[in-house]
Amino acid sequence: METGFLPRGRFQELLAVLHRSGYRCLGPQVRDGAIVYAAISVAEDLPRGARDHQAAGHYRIEQTASPRYFGWANGPQALKPLVFAPQEVLWRARRQADGGLELHQEMPPAERLAVIGVRACDLAALALQDRHFLGAAGDDPHYAARRAELFLVAVHCSDPSDVCFCVSTGDGPQASSGFDLALCELDSGFIVESGSDRGAVVAAELKLEAVGADARAAAARQADAARTRQHRSLPGRDLRAVLFANLEHPRWGEVAGRCLACGNCTSVCPTCFCHASVETPALDGGASVHARAWDSCFSQGHSYIHGLTVRSDTRTRYRQWLTHKLGSWHGQFGRSGCVGCGRCISWCPVGIDITEEAAAVCTGAADE
Amino acid sequence: MSTVVAKDRPRAAVHKFASCDGCQLAFLNLGEDLLLLSSLVEFVHFAEAGLVNPEAPVDIAFVEGSIGTIRDVERIQRVRARSRYLVAIGACATAGGLQALRNLADGQAWIADVYASPGYVESLETSTAVAQHVKVDLELWGCPVNSRQLIAAVRALLFGVVPLEEHDKVCMECKRAQVVCVMVAQGLPCMGPVTRTGCGALCPSFGRDCYACYGPAENPNTEALGRRLEGLGIAPAAIGRRFLAINNGAPPFTEAGLRRVHGHD
Ligand code: SF4
Ligand code: SF4
Ligand code: SF4
Repeated sequence: METGFLPRGRFQELLAVLHRSGYRCLGPQVRDGAIVYAAISVAEDLPRGARDHQAAGHYRIEQTASPRYFGWANGPQALKPLVFAPQEVLWRARRQADGGLELHQEMPPAERLAVIGVRACDLAALALQDRHFLGAAGDDPHYAARRAELFLVAVHCSDPSDVCFCVSTGDGPQASSGFDLALCELDSGFIVESGSDRGAVVAAELKLEAVGADARAAAARQADAARTRQHRSLPGRDLRAVLFANLEHPRWGEVAGRCLACGNCTSVCPTCFCHASVETPALDGGASVHARAWDSCFSQGHSYIHGLTVRSDTRTRYRQWLTHKLGSWHGQFGRSGCVGCGRCISWCPVGIDITEEAAAVCTGAADE
Repeated sequence: MSTVVAKDRPRAAVHKFASCDGCQLAFLNLGEDLLLLSSLVEFVHFAEAGLVNPEAPVDIAFVEGSIGTIRDVERIQRVRARSRYLVAIGACATAGGLQALRNLADGQAWIADVYASPGYVESLETSTAVAQHVKVDLELWGCPVNSRQLIAAVRALLFGVVPLEEHDKVCMECKRAQVVCVMVAQGLPCMGPVTRTGCGALCPSFGRDCYACYGPAENPNTEALGRRLEGLGIAPAAIGRRFLAINNGAPPFTEAGLRRVHGHD
């Protein structure tokens, strides 16, 4: 629902309204050479003029004179670390005098968190993680606690990176649902739409101006340009049949020669949800801390069952990643697990490109 | 904290071979937990802590250092014979240490270059890992190992379970710590993708590249990483030397390093 226009000079008011409503604000910032989410209190904290240059295995930030805060595509984080923490204590156990165990569930601190600058692919990924962690089997309490008070301010992508392919997966570059507010950034300011009741309340407090015809036209041109700029794509939306018909394709062995089995792709992937359980007993043996930590289908432990590692080589690990993400997710969640964010391409230290690998296996096309 | 001393405490020893003594500090740096630890196990030999009884039979022997002299070769046999469970700690004990570089060179010539009276130096031609001489029950990698690794191993042994091996790639820890990858964002020649976890991705979290002090991870693709480092503009010999550093004696690193330093396949 379109609600109005916020001139650039008034952006601070959005942060002020959110702060007044009890939200801590996280926003994009340039840290250690990448865009990451960090606490922001003033609009000047945002990465004004930053542009990201992404390619397979490559990420650089360039500083430009542009007045824009959101003229970049994405950084290594999506919303995943905020809701599915990379490592978190779930419970603690203490041995009692009678030999029994006292268990204490540890919960994340309750806080209202507003995230500014969320992308369409991030929202699509969050919807998938919701289905996994808040699924039919019951809510994951830690995920649910972090998710409940999340206020999402999306930004439609004006500048997809060279590795983005959300058009091909149908998840972007315009955010269409799952946000509280969505912003379309123009040089002069922001077209603001609300996507939820609480978003509408915040928008109403902002006393937005009417959206001019020029702004509306510029927004449409920008959205078209963002769409046509993308050149990567997957060979289809549902690759389940073709992937599972090609389990012995020679490409799996070939990519295994290039792949480090390092798990960077699964870690940055906003939909991957695998974790390991980590038990840390106290030295005196009287207590233990039970945590979960991000795991990956590229680790040995991921396929270890008593005395046997099912996937001991990189060929079968890479094949697991691709056939699950693009294949068996359909059976599990009714869609592919890829939202086209391109992160696994940029943040792969050796630049392995999921779209190229999928094409090689699914179309048999030799791409050398 | 309960420091009630258990009656039949397992007995432990800390033996030193060719090393800098740094790994033993992982015990001494435990602080208050060192008291707790010694209430759980009885240290009978730990020269750096003032306990000297190297021939005493023990349940757990921690061995620091590489095998570098003919006396070391005999002594490690005696340690093995007197220990139920032998734990090699640190890069020297698990891979021969930095001093294993002499395995790849003319060690005697180096001695002659460095010492005024080389005749007094009785070193073997090679510096080797403990496991190349006796059966090792557990290896804790790292240069140096840290207290967390030691405690986890001791605690597992006291529970009577096999200690968990940590052998994932440093990248996994790096991403869990939400560190921005220094290879992708800065083009630094990071060794994390072939290196074993344990340090908590210490170097990348300070913005520098991992230099592989925890040794090879499981299933390391040294060839693919080597090619990537070439793509970053690093000369093959320099890449070779990154493999031939602290853990040069670990077979995957020895092979990868020699291949690049000498430029043959
Ligand atoms: S598979 Fe890659 S491109 Fe697709 S959602 Fe995951 S990280 Fe993004
Ligand atoms: S595809 Fe790339 S990021 Fe993923 S495990 Fe292989 S080398 Fe690592
Ligand atoms: S900085 Fe090094 S250890 Fe961390 S993800 Fe990148 S390559 Fe891996």
